[in-house]
Parts: sequence; C-alpha cells; structure tokens
Amino acid sequence: MGRFILRRLGQGFLVVLGVSLVVFVAMRVFGDPAKVMLPLSATAEQRAEFEHLIGLDRPLPEQFVSFIGDLATLDFGESLWQRRPAMDVVFERLPNTLMLIGAGLGLAVLLALPLGALAALRPGGFVDRVTVIGGLVGLSTPQFWLGLLLIMLFAVNLKILPTSGFGGIKYLVLPALTMALPSLARMVLLVRSQVIDELNQQYVRTARAKGLRFHQVLFGHALRNTLIPFITLAGWEVISALAGYTVVVESVFAWPGLGLTAIQAIQRNDLFLLQAIVFTVAIGIVLINITLDVVYKLIDPRIRIA
Amino acid sequence: MNPTPDKPLLEIERLEVEFDTRRGVVRALRGVDLTMRRGETLAVVGESGSGKSVTAQAVMGLIDVPGRISGGDIRWKGHSLLTRSGARMARDLRGKEIAMVFQDPMTSLNPLMRVGRQISEVLCRHLNMTRADADLRTLELLEAVGIPAPPRRANQYPHELSGGMRQRVMIAMAIACEPELLIADEPTTALDVTIQAQVLELLAGLQQSLGLSVLLITHDLGVVAGLCDRVAVMYAGRIVETGLAEDVFERPAHPYTQGLIRSTPRLDDHMERLIAIEGAPPNMLAAPSGCAFRERCPISDARCEQQPKLEPSRAEGTVACWRASTNAWAAATEVEPGMLRAV
Amino acid sequence: MAAIDPPAVPAIARSEPDRLRALGEELWKDKPGLIGFLVIVGIVLISIFAPLVAPYDPAAQSVIGRLKPPVWQPGGAWDHLLGTDQLGRDILSRLIHGARTSLLVGVSVVALAGAFGVTVGLFAGFRGGRTDAFLMRLVDIQVAFPGLLLILLIVAVIGPSMGTMIVVLALTNWMIYARVVRGIVLSVRQTPYVEAAEMIGCPQTRVIFRHILPNLTSPLLTLGILEFTNIVLAEAALSFLGLGVQPPATSWGLDVSTGKDYIFVAWWLVTFPGLCISITVLSINLFANWLRVTTDPQEREKRFARAKAAERRREERRAGVRQVTE
Repeated sequence: MGRFILRRLGQGFLVVLGVSLVVFVAMRVFGDPAKVMLPLSATAEQRAEFEHLIGLDRPLPEQFVSFIGDLATLDFGESLWQRRPAMDVVFERLPNTLMLIGAGLGLAVLLALPLGALAALRPGGFVDRVTVIGGLVGLSTPQFWLGLLLIMLFAVNLKILPTSGFGGIKYLVLPALTMALPSLARMVLLVRSQVIDELNQQYVRTARAKGLRFHQVLFGHALRNTLIPFITLAGWEVISALAGYTVVVESVFAWPGLGLTAIQAIQRNDLFLLQAIVFTVAIGIVLINITLDVVYKLIDPRIRIA
Repeated sequence: MNPTPDKPLLEIERLEVEFDTRRGVVRALRGVDLTMRRGETLAVVGESGSGKSVTAQAVMGLIDVPGRISGGDIRWKGHSLLTRSGARMARDLRGKEIAMVFQDPMTSLNPLMRVGRQISEVLCRHLNMTRADADLRTLELLEAVGIPAPPRRANQYPHELSGGMRQRVMIAMAIACEPELLIADEPTTALDVTIQAQVLELLAGLQQSLGLSVLLITHDLGVVAGLCDRVAVMYAGRIVETGLAEDVFERPAHPYTQGLIRSTPRLDDHMERLIAIEGAPPNMLAAPSGCAFRERCPISDARCEQQPKLEPSRAEGTVACWRASTNAWAAATEVEPGMLRAV
Repeated sequence: MAAIDPPAVPAIARSEPDRLRALGEELWKDKPGLIGFLVIVGIVLISIFAPLVAPYDPAAQSVIGRLKPPVWQPGGAWDHLLGTDQLGRDILSRLIHGARTSLLVGVSVVALAGAFGVTVGLFAGFRGGRTDAFLMRLVDIQVAFPGLLLILLIVAVIGPSMGTMIVVLALTNWMIYARVVRGIVLSVRQTPYVEAAEMIGCPQTRVIFRHILPNLTSPLLTLGILEFTNIVLAEAALSFLGLGVQPPATSWGLDVSTGKDYIFVAWWLVTFPGLCISITVLSINLFANWLRVTTDPQEREKRFARAKAAERRREERRAGVRQVTE
C-alpha cells in the first residue's frame, strides 16, 4: 500500500509539474504579465522595474527554474489586489468552496442512489422515463442559468431566500441546489443504467434462485455492486467541481470561495493570486485522485495491492 | 404442504414459454411434459436452443421479460407454482427445497462478495440462522463439497478461486438447505475436462448421501450415461423421447435421439467415424407445424406434418414420433451417403 | 438474458439508402429522439440563414425601445416578439445570431480536438510499447489538470476572444478521443480476424482502413456528439464569465451575463438565451441517446425488452391479474 501511494504521489508530482509548465508558458511566453498587471499609464521605467522584480528580464530557462523554486516553497508572491501573500487569500477562501461543494454534491449523492434505483426497478416504466428525461434535462441546463432562474424564483418573486452573498444557512440553499443539479442528473443516470445492468447479471439470477427476497437482491447485490462505478463518478464530480464548476456558481451567487476569487483576480489583473488558486486546486485534485485510488483498493477486491 | 409419497415431486405439464424479441416471438417451450419422482436422477438432453435451460429457469421462476410463461403448469408435490398463492409459496421453496447450480461458475457468483457470505446468505434467508451460526454451517458445507481450508476460502472472493472451486461453491450454496431437488444446468460445460469428472463425482456422491433428486441439464451424453436413471430428450421446445437411461442409449426410439447418439463419441465402441445430423434446428421464431424434426429426419413422411403426441412406448418410456423405433439412419446412410459427413 | 440462442436470420445486404430509410423509420418511433433531431436540424438551418431569418440587426440599439417585454406581456408589442434588452436590441434576433456562435465554437472545437485526439490515439494504439506508454501517461496527466481554472488563467493572460477560446477548449478536450481510439485499436487488433489479416501479411494501411477505422466510426460519432454538448455548455459558461465571446459579437452565454443585472426588472433577458442553450443541448442529448442505443445491437434488444416489459405491466394493471395462468 505504501509503495502504491508513493507511486501515485510521483504521478501527482508530474501533474503539478505539467500544470506549472502550462502556466509558465502561458504567462511568460504567450502572455505579457507586465502589460496585464501594470496600469496602462505605467512608464517604461516602471515597466522595467516590474519586469526586473519578477525576473522577466532573465532568460526563459532561468525564469522557469526560479518559478518552480517559488512553487516548491509555496511562494506565490503578493496579491496585487489584496496587498498580502496570495496563499493567505487562498486559505481564507478555500473553506467556503469546500462547504459549497460538500453541500451540493452531498445532496446529489443522497438523492441519486434512491432515485436511480427506483427508476431501475421498472425499466421503461413511467418513473423510469420521467427520470431519464429529467436526467437529460438536468445535464443540459447551464449551471449559471439554473442559478439565475432559482434566484428569480426564490429571491425575486417569492422573496424567501437571499439573492446572493454569504452568511447563514439561508445563503447556502440556492448555491448548493445549483451545484447539485447537474451532478445529480449524471449520477441518477449512472445509477439507473448500472442497476439495470447488474440486475441482468448472472449472479443476480443465482441470488434469485437462492430464494432471496427482492429487497435482498436489490440492496445486498445489485445496488451494492453499483457503488464502485458510483464512487468513480462522485469522485469525478468533486474533481470537476473543484476544477472550475464552482467558478460559475460562486460568481452567480457572489459566494466568496476560490472560484469567485479567481474571477475577481482576473478582473483586477491579479495574476499571482490566480496562479496560486490554480496550483492549490491542482494539488487538491492530485490528493483527491490518490484518495480515490486508495478507496478503490479498499472496496474492490479485484484490484490487487501492488 | 404435506408430503404425499405417491405424488411425484415435480410435474411439468404442457409448459409453454415465449420470448419477445425485436424480430418476433420466439416460442422457446412449446408444451413440455416432464415428471420427476423423489430420489430419481433425470437428465434432460438436447442441443443448445432446444429449451432445456429455459425449462429449468421456468421451474426456478427465473423467466423474466422479454420472456414469459404463456401456458401450462408447474407443480411441486402437487401444488401449482404458477398461481398467485403458488408463486408466493415458490419464493420460499426456491433455494430451500429446490436449488439450482448454473452453467458458468465465473459469472454466477457475485464478484464483490466473499464466497462464504454468498453461502451463508441462503442459510439466513431460509433457516432463520443467525449470522454466526450460518458462518459455521458455511464452513461445514465447504468441507462437504471438498474445498480444502474452508475458513480461508470462505473469506476469499470469487476471482481468487479456480473454476472448479467456484462450481463447488455453487454446489455448496445449492445444498445449503438440504433441498429435495437439485437442478444442475450444464454444471460442467465451462470447466476443464479433468475438473468435470470431479464435479460430477461430487454431485453423484451428494445425491447418494443426501437423497437428492437431480435434474441434470446437459448436451453431453457421456455425462448422462454414468449418472442418471432416466433421460428426457428435447428438441425445438418439446420433449421428443423419455425413458430409462439404458433403454434410451441402447434402443433409442426417436430418429433425433438416434442421430444424437450416433454423433457422440464412445469409448466402448469402435465406430470408425462420427456422423453429424445434417441441417440446423428450426428457427423458433416461426415454430414449425407438425414434427419439428421432420426437415432433418431421414424417414419423415406425410404424417409428420401433424405433431405426433408423446405416447408411452415401453417400460417407463415415451416417444413422440409416428415411426418410433424405426432405424432411421441406417436407411439414410444407404440411400444417400453424400448427405452425411464425418466429424 | 434469455437462455435461447438468437435465431439465425440471414443477413441481407442492404444498400445505403435503404439503411438510411430504416434508420429514419426507427427514429420516427422514438419520439424524444425524433424531437431532438428535428430541433437540431432547425437550429442548424436557423444559424446558417441567420441574417435572413432574424428580423433585426442583433447589434442595432434603440434608446426609446429599451427593456420591452415579450409580446404576450403587458407592454409587449409584435415588432419585438421576445422583447428587447437594456440597449433596445431585439432579443429574438440576438438569439438567432447567438446560435451561430454556439454551433461554430462547438463544431470547431470538436473537429480540432477530435482530429488531434484521434491521431494521438491511433499512433499510441499502433506503435504500442514505449510510445503508447508515454502518450497515455501524458493523457493521464492532462486529465488531472484543473481544466476550467487553467482555461481561465490562459484566457486571462492571452486576452479573451472567440479564437482563443476555440484553441484553448480544443487543447483541453482532446484526451478523451485519444483514450477511446487507443482502446478500440488495441481491442480490435486482438480480434482473431485482424490477427489473421496481419499474419497473412496484409499491409498495415489496409488493416487500418479496412478493419480498424470502420470500428471507430460509430463510437467516435457518439463521442463527438456528446463532446459537442459539453463544448456548447463550456462556451456559454466562458462567455457568461466574460472570458469567451466579446461584444459586439453575440453569444447566448454573453446575453445571460448582461441580462443578469436586470433580473429584478426584465426576466426575459436571462430566461430566453438560457433556454436556447438548454434546448440545444437537450435536443442533442435526446438524439445521441437514441443513436447510442440504435447503433448497439445489444442495447437495442434491451430497449425492446424494456418497452415490452412496461407494456406488459400496463396490461396487467388493466386486467388486474397476474399474467401467469391460474
């Protein structure tokens, strides 16, 4: 197990290295940080000073080495906008994003299993068809639009929830719903088709020939075996939420998490802060991937521990 | 239910099963009659598609959509399993009084559940055992089916066991509640030849020691010979011949049975070549009228356009053929040797 | 499921138009798939002929005709069916032109990413060995990137435009094609008939074109369609965030974004463009759902069985008895 985790960490290191290479190339080769970050009125001297400050006047390979060095020490520079270390801002906002993801995806996970299983019981039946169409509608709805519709309904018309912002649980409801819906749609469709497939497997016939009651066959065998692909999808949902979907939801609801901060950083040309967010998320994704692999090893006996 | 000794254990009467497919209705069983007595070993033989497995599945209540039982009856100790109350009763019978071993031990076990648990599950369901008691009994069962080191094996997953081992687990599962009838659907087809013999030996031994009745479904006549009292031959969704095993082997009455036996290799006979039955089984989408075998039968005549009834032919035997007990294939070889080919 | 072997039905060699007609008939029976297909055709036609169909120039502003509601609302008028926005621009015309953006971005990204991914996948699958290991490791690594955030960063640095967006989306979405293609190539190469073809010295180009490419078309078609929906949604999201299509060009995502400041006074600004995105993507999904099942014989049989089962349950309910004979 230890060696396995170590190997995955190695792969994760490659991922972070890859991200830094992409960021470096984008920023220093294609982009012009000085132009983006300095005000238009900056003089040639100010520009030169800034370039010298962040090392833009040195040759590219040398820049890359010092860039990597900064990353290794988690030194992402000072946020231009907040006038404090970028990592401080990241750590301040990260919990809010995690709260949003937790609430949204938690809701999706809780609802997906029963809904999907219910649809799978009578494939082709009324509940099933409604579920499939509903699922397709769910994954066809742009998240930002869904958020705005919810705001119009619950905040503007019914006036029972706040439009946006951060505070008590009231403020979490709509963002979490918005976060949940597309994931819920994907999960329900997966659970449904997986349970239908499992119920057609030979081992389910064995279970029925054993005289097991229907609920024992469903919960003890079919649904239980659906958990592995379900966890795969749930893990992917967490990753893709972290990798960017929260940006959309947070900016609709002005939810002060990493995603909103990323957008604000872009609007304020605060590349250092943006860069810090990207790396934090990249490392987070690597860690989640490793966790998922470990979870598979624990729950799927067919995977051998290398 | 009260066990009446004179009643047959299992009666299948004019059983019909249909499958809906995109291309039409497949009539898999077209009126199957079969009776099993207590303690007897009956083999159902026939080529794939003849309906032998479907018959077994119908008894186990495993026909699901797109299939359905469209006619006839299945009775267990005289009680129909297909009525509303019978179906309820059947749910408690299956796994307890009637158990089944499937063809493919690779896919028949839940890949994500320890094999021990898959056995003890049956015990908990039917004998109301506690988990701990069931676990202990599971070890005994594993021992009984010849699995070494039961405590270790019980904790393993199916993929950690060999094919023969898995089939032994399936058998342990089937005999867990000491059933009266064991249905074995091609239990050795998916196994290596050496393992096949072991598994058959195990089944024969259990049959003796537990007084099981066994319904053995197979296309392998060699398996039947040593193990079974009686044989039923199926063709195109019907029983075409039944009888005591030695009668059917020595003096097959139906042309199809004759052909089947001719095409099976035997060790005690010095036949120079094996001879296949020409042609293919009928398309069950458009079930043939009259005798289904007539297209391939060398002695068919005008009468064969009417379906012959399954009539008593000899002691404990029935046959459905207008010209039963004619040596059909001898004539054919003489008349048209080109129709036959060596296998 | 059924333990019976499917009856052998002679394969009738059918000509291409016949097959298309048979497909059409099958689509006709699947109403959601049919509706999806018709809507897509409609959207494609509208976006091709946008300047002819649109009643107004999508950029034409009008100070006096600002925030007019749709025709059925009090204050609405027939000259602006779906109302006007905060600059007095005709919403309907903007939607019609916005369709062009969505389709253009979707098609270009799928084509670019698909071409690159398929090439990488074919290369990895055929070369095998170290090339394969290296390329697939590259794919694994890029899949673990924080996709959307990285896109945001790149676009922010380079500067947003439709071209940037297309290139960046293509560069971040090619991996799935490579994985799928490589998987198919590997499995097809192991089938006996391809092994046989290679063994008897069939030239590799022939193996690729005769044996492998035909196996790729159907999965790639389905994948391409599903990826298209993802790209349409991604384009909308990027434009909504202000990092995609830039004014004065139109895009549904951009229109939602400008409308969001007016949700208290003009619900139609946000609702209609969002609805367009949703309907487009839903239609494609409905059609793709049908296509996926139809191109897979096993899935087709399953779908048939499901429909049959549902039908039988309805009959049972009507009859009020179990179908088994008493």
